[in-house]
Amino acid sequence: MLDLNTVREQDLIVEPTHFTERLKPYAKTNDWFNWKGYMACNTFECEGKEYAAIRSGTGVFDICPMSKYDITGPDAMEYLNRIMTRDIAKLNVDRVTYVIWCDDNGYIQDDGTLFRLSENHYRLCSYEHAMDWLMNCAEGFDVEIKDTTRDIAALAVQGPTSFGVLEAMGLEGLENLKPFGIMRVPFKSGEIMISRTGFTGDLGYELWTTPDLAGDMFDELFEAGRLRALKPMGAIALDLARIEAGFVQAGVDFLTSEHVIRTGRQRTPLELDMEWLVDFNKPLFNGRKALLKQKEEGPRYRFVKLDVEGNKPAHNSFIFNKGKQVGTVTSAAWCPTAKTNVAFAMLEWPYGRDTDNLEAEIYFQRELGWTKVMAKCKPMKGPAFDPARKRATPPSRI
Amino acid sequence: MKKYDAIVIGAGHNGLTTAAYLAKSGLDVLVLERNDYIGGATVSRELHPETKYSNCSYVCSLLRPEIVRDLELPKYGLQVVPYGGGVTYQRDGNYYTNYDDHDRQYREIARFSKRDANAYERYTADVLKQTRLIRPFLMRTPPDPTSFKAKDLQELAYLASKFTGLGETGMADALRFWTMSIGDFLDEYFESDIIKAHMAGGGIIGTALGVYSPGTAYVLLHHYMGDVDGSVGAWGFARGGMGAVSNALYQAFMAHGGELKTGAGVDHLIVKNNQTKGVVCENGDEYYADVVVSGLDPKRTFLDIINEEDLPEDVIKKAKNFKIRGSSGKVNIALDGLPTFNGIDPRSVKMKGDFHFIDSLERMERAYDDWKDGTWSKDPFVDLLIPTLVDPTMAPTGKHMMTVFVQYCPPKVNGEEWTDADRDAFGQTVIDQIAQYSPDFKSLIAHAEVRTPRELEKEVGLTEGNIFQGELTFDQLMFNRPFPGYAQYRGPIKGMYMCASGTHPGGGVMAAPGANAAREVLLDLKRKNVVPEGYADD
Repeated sequence: MLDLNTVREQDLIVEPTHFTERLKPYAKTNDWFNWKGYMACNTFECEGKEYAAIRSGTGVFDICPMSKYDITGPDAMEYLNRIMTRDIAKLNVDRVTYVIWCDDNGYIQDDGTLFRLSENHYRLCSYEHAMDWLMNCAEGFDVEIKDTTRDIAALAVQGPTSFGVLEAMGLEGLENLKPFGIMRVPFKSGEIMISRTGFTGDLGYELWTTPDLAGDMFDELFEAGRLRALKPMGAIALDLARIEAGFVQAGVDFLTSEHVIRTGRQRTPLELDMEWLVDFNKPLFNGRKALLKQKEEGPRYRFVKLDVEGNKPAHNSFIFNKGKQVGTVTSAAWCPTAKTNVAFAMLEWPYGRDTDNLEAEIYFQRELGWTKVMAKCKPMKGPAFDPARKRATPPSRI
Repeated sequence: MKKYDAIVIGAGHNGLTTAAYLAKSGLDVLVLERNDYIGGATVSRELHPETKYSNCSYVCSLLRPEIVRDLELPKYGLQVVPYGGGVTYQRDGNYYTNYDDHDRQYREIARFSKRDANAYERYTADVLKQTRLIRPFLMRTPPDPTSFKAKDLQELAYLASKFTGLGETGMADALRFWTMSIGDFLDEYFESDIIKAHMAGGGIIGTALGVYSPGTAYVLLHHYMGDVDGSVGAWGFARGGMGAVSNALYQAFMAHGGELKTGAGVDHLIVKNNQTKGVVCENGDEYYADVVVSGLDPKRTFLDIINEEDLPEDVIKKAKNFKIRGSSGKVNIALDGLPTFNGIDPRSVKMKGDFHFIDSLERMERAYDDWKDGTWSKDPFVDLLIPTLVDPTMAPTGKHMMTVFVQYCPPKVNGEEWTDADRDAFGQTVIDQIAQYSPDFKSLIAHAEVRTPRELEKEVGLTEGNIFQGELTFDQLMFNRPFPGYAQYRGPIKGMYMCASGTHPGGGVMAAPGANAAREVLLDLKRKNVVPEGYADD
């Protein structure tokens, strides 16, 4: 990433990340897209192989563009507890948790991961830019909020051989790191922070360092990965992996409330099957009152993860219940490892109550010939893919 | 003597729109224009050899796409080219670049405040919500809230449904937005002066109010609610100047069999038994029609070209009270070359948008103070563009044209009429401000047209030179525009109508008032409507 003043001279709309120069030789398809103003790849060579790397070897994804905010100060925990729906007091030092946060109407403002780096130091990674909201909520709290997006070089290293790769890279002590744990390892003139986190539902880590060490970290990681089926993965492979793992994506499965223009398009956690992330025992957090009211009155929508009959992905499908249109699919994919045809769908209430008779209206095209099928859908009990290796500590050394 | 079906007074873009639709419906229509050229304030004239100015209005966004398509204006040469970029200078020479892509804009705002960069996303969404509320009403006649006619009740219900559709928070936000000041509105989002100053221009342009005067937030919508091919809020240049809009409307009108006379200023309406019968021109010529549509502003319509004895007393009073204060000036400049602006690469997108030279709301409010004191702003808010960088047809290759909109400029100077010396001093103030940021600017000036409210009133006919034909404050909008009881384009005299920016939905080169007026005329004549409905926002 460039200095802001340099960017100004260069006039770039989409700028490189700390890893772009390193990734370019791998980007055989030259299929870059704009992720919050930074260069990211849809594919490097072949999305199928990149997905296979996540599930059989290791896939590496550049997460520099992700918005990051460091929150420090004596009130940091109390402040975050006010914002987040979960009980942040339960988050110990060197642990990470998935969080959502709501506006006063109880609508989900965004989701992300919250890292507790020390007693009074947290890092929030979010889908949207969050500086404005974080500052607005900071009135009365003794906290400092810093946008550290540009100051951190980070890679997601995901897949069953990821532990082996990192160990081969010389990062020691990783075998005892549990899921959602954080540890730090000296590296060159500084250190790498490793968290056992990710968006693939598999064994995986995220590596965080300073920009000056980005190149070395990348080189050593890729060198160590040569014998362990490591390759960079693009956003298409990652999207497939997250659907298979049952993870929702902001901006796809729900909209972030501040960006919604049309009345009623926002969603609450209760409507996204995320009540487990809301701790009503906390006396005060943003959106609590509205969420309690909705809990009493009932939601407007129900979010379901569906197992769809057949092998045609239900992209953008309408969902029917006994012939009546009751919802739409937000994400869909044929999941290669789980051999499941997964669809996430938003159903209107009260039709979401009865999930026994759902059908997806799927259109697909072969050689300009369009076919429509009505595919039966069953609600899924859990993620399509949830391997034991994801949790195994110590993980496999392969 | 020949009798027309309808006479339209004034060949501005709204008058031409009304005329084109009436002609399209098969009526025999005559347009009378006082000047020797058409266009009103939507005009491009060649006052310097081979260089065209957009003398008054200078950019295009609000022009209703339904009308452009329906009257086949592209066939008659209308092409709107989007532009973006521009800078707002600080006094210290640093500047904010107004990139029109989100990512560069985010980073550029972040140079001043990371919080503001993010807040801009919230701001954009919130302003867009307000435009979505108003846009469906642009091509509709406002309901009369005091009548109990089925049509009015229906429209009121539609209005209510759009409003309540905003939800509880949305309704509260809308009510605040319509009544608050642009300064207060911006303070709810931004912390850095220059960002606020950059965003505030849209709230005061053409308005005799300061950035902290209530009602200015709404004015912003007249700079955000338009679109260029579906991109809401985008602006473009009419290729060949804003006159291209009027010329295309004129040709559409002619294609439908219309007739237009220039040099034909109307002296007064002929009214018999509370029914219009025609008009008498300043040169004594008389033209007859049972329908007469005025494209003049409400003050000139009711206080100038209709005899008092033909009007109800309340209309005279309302016209006298109508707020149409002069607050803007315009300087159009022909340049022998492209001026250099401090710290800006001449090839950059920064050159291709609006330049502003005022960096805080405080300075903008002081500029308004000068207006209240009876003089033009010594440190004015200007909106400067060099259209030739986007539309090369306006000047010979290598030469350029600059359009400078100036806020504030009073209708009178210290209570006295403008003199030529005042006008020149006003022009010099503007030129001096620009020259502070462009060292070679003055040496490149080949010709300048300086227009104060005096010139705008005299040449275009706008009372006090008010560009919106009346201020866009809440008391003069929707069913109150121009005044209560007369917001459905019908005047107090049978057969008399109003069709221009003094009526709903107000100012800007929109053509919506003209189209709406034509629809009401056709309704009264029991003719089939030929005016298109507005496109629905999805």
